[in-house]
Amino acid sequence: MTETYVRVEDLKVSFKTEDGIVRAVDGVSFGVDRGKTLAVVGESGSGKSVTAQALMGLVNKRNAQVEGSAWVGDNELISSSDDDLRKLRGSMMSMIFQDPFASLHPFYRIGAQLAEAIRVHRSMSKAEAREEVLTMLRRVGIPNPERRIDDYPHQLSGGMRQRVMIAMALINGPSLLIADEPTTALDVTVQAQIMELLAELQEQYNTAIILITHDLGVVADVADEVAVMYAGRLVERGSLDDIFYSPEMPYTVGLLSSVPRLDAVSERLTPIPGQPPSLINLAAGCVFYPRCTASSRVPGDRCATERPDLLQVTPTHAVRCHLDQEQREQFANESLAAVTGAEGGAA
Amino acid sequence: MTAYVIRRVLTGLLILVLLSMLTFLLFNALPADPAALTCGKNCTPQVIEANRIRLGLDLPLWQQYIEFVKGLFVGRTYGSGTATFACAAPCLGYSFRRGQEVTPLILDALPVTIYLAVGAFVLWTVVGVLLGIFAALRRGRWQEKATLGAALVGYSFPSFFIGLLLLFFVVIRWRLLPYPSYVPPQDNPVQFFQTMILPWITLALIFAAFYIRLTRNQMLETLGEDYIRTARSKGLAEHTVIRKHALRAGLTPIVTAAGLDLAGLLGGAIIVESVFTLPGLGRLAINAVVDADLPVIVATVLVAGSFIVIANIIVDLLYAVIDPRVRLS
Repeated sequence: MTETYVRVEDLKVSFKTEDGIVRAVDGVSFGVDRGKTLAVVGESGSGKSVTAQALMGLVNKRNAQVEGSAWVGDNELISSSDDDLRKLRGSMMSMIFQDPFASLHPFYRIGAQLAEAIRVHRSMSKAEAREEVLTMLRRVGIPNPERRIDDYPHQLSGGMRQRVMIAMALINGPSLLIADEPTTALDVTVQAQIMELLAELQEQYNTAIILITHDLGVVADVADEVAVMYAGRLVERGSLDDIFYSPEMPYTVGLLSSVPRLDAVSERLTPIPGQPPSLINLAAGCVFYPRCTASSRVPGDRCATERPDLLQVTPTHAVRCHLDQEQREQFANESLAAVTGAEGGAA
Repeated sequence: MTAYVIRRVLTGLLILVLLSMLTFLLFNALPADPAALTCGKNCTPQVIEANRIRLGLDLPLWQQYIEFVKGLFVGRTYGSGTATFACAAPCLGYSFRRGQEVTPLILDALPVTIYLAVGAFVLWTVVGVLLGIFAALRRGRWQEKATLGAALVGYSFPSFFIGLLLLFFVVIRWRLLPYPSYVPPQDNPVQFFQTMILPWITLALIFAAFYIRLTRNQMLETLGEDYIRTARSKGLAEHTVIRKHALRAGLTPIVTAAGLDLAGLLGGAIIVESVFTLPGLGRLAINAVVDADLPVIVATVLVAGSFIVIANIIVDLLYAVIDPRVRLS
């Protein structure tokens, strides 16, 4: 395996709750290089946000246990002290969040919030910081930054606020940016602008981006690689083409067939039946087994009793499934053909 | 912002006018005949009628109200002919029971109540807010449970019970303090503090218990906000996150509560003043109620109400200073 810039290996996060231990993230591994985008997709509760917060050191260590390792360049995050991690946050790695309405402090001017992000990591006079904030606001496409810098968040639109959040995240030139559903709370037209901006800035700063989303349309536009999570586990990982054109895990197939497509023949979408399982006391067997429509093709009851391993099927593509390769491809072709017509499936 | 201030002040004034009308109406709706109450032992209907005219109680209600308001701003004269006497502005009325003008009664009692309320206010806000923050930061640990438990105990005891308990043990049993006897601080500061310390503690205990819970809840709510996560993800040290980001937002509602509670106490802390025999507004009011001394009741209600109205305006203005979102809307 080549040394990728950001490497997450066997990450596990579990929370102690009154009902038992919740294994929110269980053995997740992935990597992403500088200048590249990894999309982490999955339903709500699949552990994608927890993964991000664990990397940032934002999970509460008092009730959460984090295991495994995560490297950003030469820095190992999981074993780092709180203070070392704090120094990396906002400088080497930073994060933008889903809701730009709630993510900025309502009582402080945006200029002050951005300057604070600079001055916590670099010693700089207030005047210099203000200059840099202005430059950054201009760079993220805020019109009239000289005037806007003294605005309060509530005076800005949602798209503008997300631009401010992006400015704040990138102001110290991080090598890793985690974007947790950055466009979910925004209008569709604004969504595209924000994703475009992120792509532009990624090129300028040569940033590795981990994009957490459930929007497969966004993934198709910007991702280089895709990791699919389900119930805290990575169920499939591969290049954008691997996932979109030759998905093999029945869950990924299900996700793809539940998305509206312009080339669809069928009027109907095919939702995945059932609900994700509770992460407390998961049953033995494949986590997706209760909702999987392909499990009957596996001989015996392996799906119900045995956890499948993540299997490397090509150098870029890994799948967690008991079906053999032929069965997986066949299932994917059948399912996607039902949505997109005969030419769907393996391209 | 200026428009906001003007609007708030004007509505405040309007409320004060309505309040004065309401208390005045209330005063007249009571079944007691004030003129009869002024009459001494040898009461005859003639004396009552004479008093009624002397005190202006024979006039129609609206005229009485105008006289009352006039008294407040420019002073008024009672009676006619040789029996007239002047009541200088701000004239809050004339107590038939005490044979005294009400304004000096209020002015004598007011400082006592102000000392009591402000002293207790400082104690309870400091203790309550600090312990509340402490409880929030120790969430789920024994320190939080101990603090909240203590708050619940403080909250559960009525103030007269705590007051009497303190009085009994500290003053009577252990003789740590002399028996409370109020003197103004400028006359004898030591005795003033010896007298005030137990009332302060009593009053502060009740309020601190409430403020611990309020502050803890506010802080926990704020600490769960997205912008706190943003502050952490910037790499700010935890104490900066708490001090600069969480406290600023979390304590804003507490400013409101504290302002209004202080104002409420300025109208008189009836129970605590009675337990410790402090000659404040609360005791003045309760004595007036017992004696059916109607002008004094009206005056104390009006003074207490004014404090609340003024405090409301101040709190609203403070809010606009703290929270920029309020200024525009």
